[in-house]
Amino acid sequence: MARMKFLCDAERCIECNACVTACKNEHEVPWGINRRRVVTIRDGEPGERSISMACMHCTDPPCAAVCPVDCFYQTAEGVVLHNKDLCIGCGYCFYACPFGAPQFPQTTNFGGRGKMDKCTFCAGGPEADGSPEEFQKYGRNRLAEGKLPLCAEMCSTRALMAGDGDVLADIYKERVVRRGYGSGAHGWATAYASRNRGDALAPGRVGTGGS
Amino acid sequence: MLTKRSSGTAPRGHLARSLTAGTGKGVSRRGFLHGSGLAAGGMAALSALPAAMIRRAEAAGPIPGAETVTRKNICTHCSVGCTVIAEIQNGVWTGQEPGWESPISQGTHCAKGASVRELTTGERRVKYPLKLVDGEWKRISWDVAIEEIGNKLLEIRRTSGPDSVFWLGSAKFSNEGSYLFRKLAAFWGTNNVDHQARICHSTTVAGVANTWGYGAMTNSYNDIQNSKCLVLIGGNPAEAHPVSMQHMLRGKERNRAPFIVIDPRFTRTAAHATEYVRIRPGTDIPVVWGILWHVFEQGWEDKEYIRQRVYGMDQVRAEVKKWTPQEVERVSGVPGEQLKRVAEAMAKNRPSTLIWCMGATQKSVGTANVRAFSILQLALGNIGIEGGGANIYRGHCNVQGATDFGLDVSTLPSYYGLAEGAWKHFCRVWEVDYEWMKSRFASKALMEAKGIPTTRWFDAVLAKKEDVEQPDTLKAMLCFGHGGNTVTRMPEMVKGLEKLELLVIADPHPTTFASISGRKNGSYILPGCTQFETDGSRTCSNRSMQWGEKLVEPIFESKDDYTIIYLLAKKLGFADEMFKHITVEGTRPVPEDILREINRSCLSTGYTGQSPERLKLHMKHQADFDKITMRAESGPCKGEYYGLPWPCWGHPELKHPGSAILYDTSKHVMEGGGVFRARFGVEREGVSLLAEGSYSKGSEIQDGYPEFTMAVLRKLGWDKDLTAEEMRVIQAIGGDKIDEVSWQTDLSMGIIRVALKHGCSPHGNAKARAAAWNLPDPVPVHREPIYTPRKDLVSQYPAINDRRDFRLPQLAKSVQAGAVDKDVAGKFPFVLTSGRLVEYEGGGEETRSNRWLAELQQSMFAEINSKDAERLGIRNDAWVWVYGPENNAKVKVRALVTNRVGPGTVFMPFHFSGYWQGESRRAAYPPGTDPIVLGESANTVTTYGYDPVTFMQEAKVTLCRVEPA
Repeated sequence: MARMKFLCDAERCIECNACVTACKNEHEVPWGINRRRVVTIRDGEPGERSISMACMHCTDPPCAAVCPVDCFYQTAEGVVLHNKDLCIGCGYCFYACPFGAPQFPQTTNFGGRGKMDKCTFCAGGPEADGSPEEFQKYGRNRLAEGKLPLCAEMCSTRALMAGDGDVLADIYKERVVRRGYGSGAHGWATAYASRNRGDALAPGRVGTGGS
Repeated sequence: MLTKRSSGTAPRGHLARSLTAGTGKGVSRRGFLHGSGLAAGGMAALSALPAAMIRRAEAAGPIPGAETVTRKNICTHCSVGCTVIAEIQNGVWTGQEPGWESPISQGTHCAKGASVRELTTGERRVKYPLKLVDGEWKRISWDVAIEEIGNKLLEIRRTSGPDSVFWLGSAKFSNEGSYLFRKLAAFWGTNNVDHQARICHSTTVAGVANTWGYGAMTNSYNDIQNSKCLVLIGGNPAEAHPVSMQHMLRGKERNRAPFIVIDPRFTRTAAHATEYVRIRPGTDIPVVWGILWHVFEQGWEDKEYIRQRVYGMDQVRAEVKKWTPQEVERVSGVPGEQLKRVAEAMAKNRPSTLIWCMGATQKSVGTANVRAFSILQLALGNIGIEGGGANIYRGHCNVQGATDFGLDVSTLPSYYGLAEGAWKHFCRVWEVDYEWMKSRFASKALMEAKGIPTTRWFDAVLAKKEDVEQPDTLKAMLCFGHGGNTVTRMPEMVKGLEKLELLVIADPHPTTFASISGRKNGSYILPGCTQFETDGSRTCSNRSMQWGEKLVEPIFESKDDYTIIYLLAKKLGFADEMFKHITVEGTRPVPEDILREINRSCLSTGYTGQSPERLKLHMKHQADFDKITMRAESGPCKGEYYGLPWPCWGHPELKHPGSAILYDTSKHVMEGGGVFRARFGVEREGVSLLAEGSYSKGSEIQDGYPEFTMAVLRKLGWDKDLTAEEMRVIQAIGGDKIDEVSWQTDLSMGIIRVALKHGCSPHGNAKARAAAWNLPDPVPVHREPIYTPRKDLVSQYPAINDRRDFRLPQLAKSVQAGAVDKDVAGKFPFVLTSGRLVEYEGGGEETRSNRWLAELQQSMFAEINSKDAERLGIRNDAWVWVYGPENNAKVKVRALVTNRVGPGTVFMPFHFSGYWQGESRRAAYPPGTDPIVLGESANTVTTYGYDPVTFMQEAKVTLCRVEPA
């Protein structure tokens, strides 16, 4: 069974926002909700790097640990999904998430944030696969159609990759060896740490070079 | 709220509020995902429409149970040519999938490409023809619109002559639309027909064609993967051509290639470079000569290549000698040591490729810049080989094709020019009498005279009659698919707009032209549809042609370009002559037929082999093409290059594979090989211009040779190879001067066929010209920008003398001297430059109307260096006024404080419009068509300055002053 992950190669990401727009287009995500975003560090300075960030679908998701109504669940492929019918919009998951993934349609001070929304790895939600109800609440279910998340599929420079973690790690390793540098896959240590111990070239480890 | 470019998040500030306010629909849980897209204005405007149209605009997401059809088209934004896969249900585009099989894009998109589905829901598009009546936009029918526009045009023709109408075409046309629009202007009787190439790469086309024969990218995006060194001057593909970056980064990684970015601005592309060279805007020639100085000094030039294939390099040597590291640093600010590193990287990592874009071309020395770049590549022997080349990234999706088909004031399609011979060639193809065609024009002289270019049309409206070299000033303008904020000197442009008797805009969006001026009457907007709602071919930057399939019917009441052109031709009374060989179904000319006419006539660029059938076959079998060489390895297109990049010689039946790399002598001409074009005669002052001992593989003439004519064929004894039918056609064309029939005019294509049969290129085999004697500066010399911050350099490096061209006066030296006298640089101490953002394209009306893109970039801004900001007391996000040195122009924008620009430089993106010197123009748009995001236009404060060869505007370097608002 594949273990689905995201990997963003900061040496390739050019902040073109194809991933962000593809996500909006595919799921009809409304204005103001950002399931995916591109973050740039050292903007305009030597060393500027960008990475595309969304829910990383952690191995041990902290959002699920803090949710008071237990609306999160993980699929057999490791995708972290949630049930909007259960969500009470408390926002705890937002505080727990190391990646700032959970999004809320409203911004009031006390409750009433509305149902949380986040990246589904294009895997929908608890409703029947491909049903209108599922689309309305979570967007399309590409995984059920045998397709991968559209953000990664459309990435202009193949910086953002989605798929089985082992395959991604192999692709990334090959790239780092070929080009002789790599700044690490941001977030891997945080999201999937337990799986990577002892592998010096694994994405997310410090010491893989970097330029 | 300013979106600082680093945050990537959309602020939920004023725009989000204003968007939701209109419909009373907050971003609430209710209808959260459902129908989320319909923002303010959209609903209100739509409520006036019939129910069927509302449904179409509302449709979002998949339609359960409906059958899904998959269709293939090409992205309508930049020139990379990414494949768009559309899932259509019930005639509505409901899903967009990656085009994995495309050898160019390989499934990928940028933000713009990933958003194109929105265009065919198009809530902010023009929905029906509109007419401005006493300052109010009124809905009218197509019939009334065409009738009134046509009557006014005919009246202007009677009173002022055909040259008083300016036909502004588009790089968004298909090839067939471009060709048809040029033909329309010809039948109307004027050369005042132009398009966006004037303001993007006209100087490239002129500079490169004058160097080695053709004005186009020599290699391809994919071929950059073969480069051992990548050098980029004045370009930012990470934002302007993002998908090209996959090839560039792969090349960089695969070959561990140095990647050098030369630019005034530390761009998103520069962030991925191995070396960044910051230059003062407008010093490209000193920098390139500075590199070449080291090349010559160290003996790194390719001496054998220069001996065989380059004319006039000694004259370049003499000029380059002046550009010592000290002088280069004094003028450009680049340390001498750094350019030595660049020269060494290029010399020791061959082949190296040179890539350039608008930073080089949009200058008053644009053509000279491009010539200098070309000469650098010639000196290193990098042209005509894999991994080398002059990789010129064109801008719009079909600006290459629109240029090739003569949407240009100086030529008929395929660069035939405007001389009598060119007109006679096309009259033969169109089967119209040459005398009749001549009678359409005011005079034979005007028929053969270059027209008024799009950078200067308003000067030709505002000028005195006697200052314009035609019977009268411009009275009417028809703009098809062209932004109104991409040309410099907007305050004068607005005055020109207001003086026009007739303004017609045919576009999916109203454009800046519709909203920016104080016009009250005499304006029309015709809803043109996008290329997703029609079919036709487009030519990418690498000269590959791709056929796009109609995805959905034109939405609302819009019509495609072919239909609008036909309706106009019919009203103007020459449709029968114009469409003699083109089938018209109802009122829609069939694009396949137009392409067949192109195939019959455009011999000189080799646009003859790409029949609609072959192009469609390529689209169907995309997967068979190699992802680097672009050659099909199997399947029905085996051996051919993807999209049959021109030149694709001879009849389609000849099965020429197209030419992936121009001037490549390592291949046979029938396998895409080639040589430099013999376009400028055979000798100059006793020196041969033909190649010496260099020829393409398998050539029977193992030396240089002139272009093929009947005379040359006879001399070689190859005329015997012509068939009887070919001889008949040649005789019919040549009459008693049969020897003069050339490969370009022989409609039988027999001369081409015979030349190829003997392994020769029909256009001859010459040397490239390092010295081009017909240009104002035969060898490029540095000239300071018209508005330069360096007064001290003006006497040594002055602008060219004032002159006349394109029917208008061109001031240069006098404006520059005036600016020095008035101490403009003292009052306007910043250099202003401009460029693109990834989310928007061109004038930006289309992309700023797209909700997904608009959310990402909500404010117009000016980048200012942190040291300058500190000194002026400007904090990030604050409002500032940017003042320009002409017309008392000013714009109010947000400050983006960043070290992306160096001290003393200000950068503004040029995609914004809808604000005018502090005032919103939102109310001036036809209701429901105002783009979501509006902003001040950078070109409100840009200034005078034109390239002498093409009248390219100086958009990339002027002066400005910044003050806190």
